[in-house]
Amino acid sequence: MKPFTYERARSPAEAAAAASRTQGAKFIAGGTNLLDLMKLEIEQPTHLVDVNGLALDKIEPTPEGGLRVGALVRNTDLASDMRVRRDYGVLSRALLAGASGQLRNAATTAGNLLQRTRCPYFYDTNQPCNKRQPGSGCSAMAGFSRQHAVVGTSDACIATHPSDMAVAMRALDATVETVAPSGTARRIPIADFHRLPGNTPHIETTLQPGELITAVTLPRPVGGTHIYHKVRDRASYAFALVSVAAIVQRDGSGRVALGGVAHKPWRVEAAEAQLRRGAPAVAAQLLDGAKPTPQNEFKLPLVERTLGAVLTQAKA
Amino acid sequence: MEADSNLQLSRRELLLGGAASVAATGLPTGAHAQAAASAAPSTAKVSFRVNGEDRSLALDTRTTLLDALREHLHLTGPKKGCDHGQCGACTVIVDGRRINSCLSLAVMNEGRSVTTIEGLGKPGALHPMQAAFVKHDGYQCGYCTPGQICSAVAMLGEIQAGIPSHASGDLTVAPQATVVEFRERMSGNICRCGAYSNIVDAVSEVAGRKA
Repeated sequence: MKPFTYERARSPAEAAAAASRTQGAKFIAGGTNLLDLMKLEIEQPTHLVDVNGLALDKIEPTPEGGLRVGALVRNTDLASDMRVRRDYGVLSRALLAGASGQLRNAATTAGNLLQRTRCPYFYDTNQPCNKRQPGSGCSAMAGFSRQHAVVGTSDACIATHPSDMAVAMRALDATVETVAPSGTARRIPIADFHRLPGNTPHIETTLQPGELITAVTLPRPVGGTHIYHKVRDRASYAFALVSVAAIVQRDGSGRVALGGVAHKPWRVEAAEAQLRRGAPAVAAQLLDGAKPTPQNEFKLPLVERTLGAVLTQAKA
Repeated sequence: MEADSNLQLSRRELLLGGAASVAATGLPTGAHAQAAASAAPSTAKVSFRVNGEDRSLALDTRTTLLDALREHLHLTGPKKGCDHGQCGACTVIVDGRRINSCLSLAVMNEGRSVTTIEGLGKPGALHPMQAAFVKHDGYQCGYCTPGQICSAVAMLGEIQAGIPSHASGDLTVAPQATVVEFRERMSGNICRCGAYSNIVDAVSEVAGRKA
């Protein structure tokens, strides 16, 4: 691990200012992803701003009837909150399908959104990777790509976003709240928060340098049946090959978002108009323009079948 | 002082310094020393409670909680397995919650209360979970055992606190202490000897159920 200096921030604005003051600074909260990457020298911050002391660990009702989830609310606490379990079940289920008990106790809401890909070539510093070292090339395209993205890919990168939580938040139309080093607050719809790889796969979100996530807000509950179905290589503690976050209403309408298939949580609102026509019609529209590799083309039928299972479960 | 810190540079930093001096040809020698010093280790202080005792340390900021416990406080119960949060051998309990101590910087734990396997029980006064692991032979080589036991103790607390899991059927009711729940909730602790079935028996006994 490269040496770094360390400070504990006392307010969100102070934290953002501190991060923008030092070239190469990063925030640290749970640390479960950042420290992993620092040990491999994939991340090499020169300065860490510890935000754990900021009072951003509350889940509070909003005037609109939704919930405001503080950036530092631990994954365990968000999944366990009775309001979330009752009104946003898809979010609870997604969180509980991710990582292990130990990791969920440390990992935060904001940190979960900012997770970096688990592409093995991103992790292997001996291999070219456009995300780790812009312009060096992509090793995954001609390598082992079974886990990789099938939609929204580019010639530069076929990595996936690893989060389960973010997929549920995409289905819930969550909003990310931030504060900039100047002290200015802004709200980013989750649909605009994560970026597709394009020619700049190393730029993963629309956050500006030094900008700090302070909360994620959930709109008023929309009712319906909430399902998160994750398909993976083992029953627990593994990343998704394909996951489906769904909210299905009694009349058959609803929302679906996919995990494990793209560089960001994948939702195509137009596809949801097909929900009453069944999984094949929805999947066809969700995966329109897909460019799988021979090793991960199985994900296309897997999406359709997982969707089918979800819609059957919703009717039961 | 500059000369002293130069003497302590590692070979790697000297090589980096050498590369920097190629780029910075023409700069006075003092500038080279400063460039190298910016990559020097940094220390910070942390005070926390470990197994009921107040401890204060000044540590290289890079020191993980696991390394602080093992190398500085000589509590070698928590084990370094993968050092990347995948195996669970380093599991300790911080403010009542189990975490991977390898994925937490020691300095991030200011003011917190840490319990390691040494703090749960001792020979002659074993924690019920330790006694159950012995009784049910819940290990073979023993390397993952301190992490398994810390994890199991905190895990039963999580069920008691009503925290749901992936295995819970209805999210709106309190989870039950069942074998299916234990297996799901213990998935962050790997046992390469494969003592899982005996671990489940030990945990089940402590949870008050027939194994």
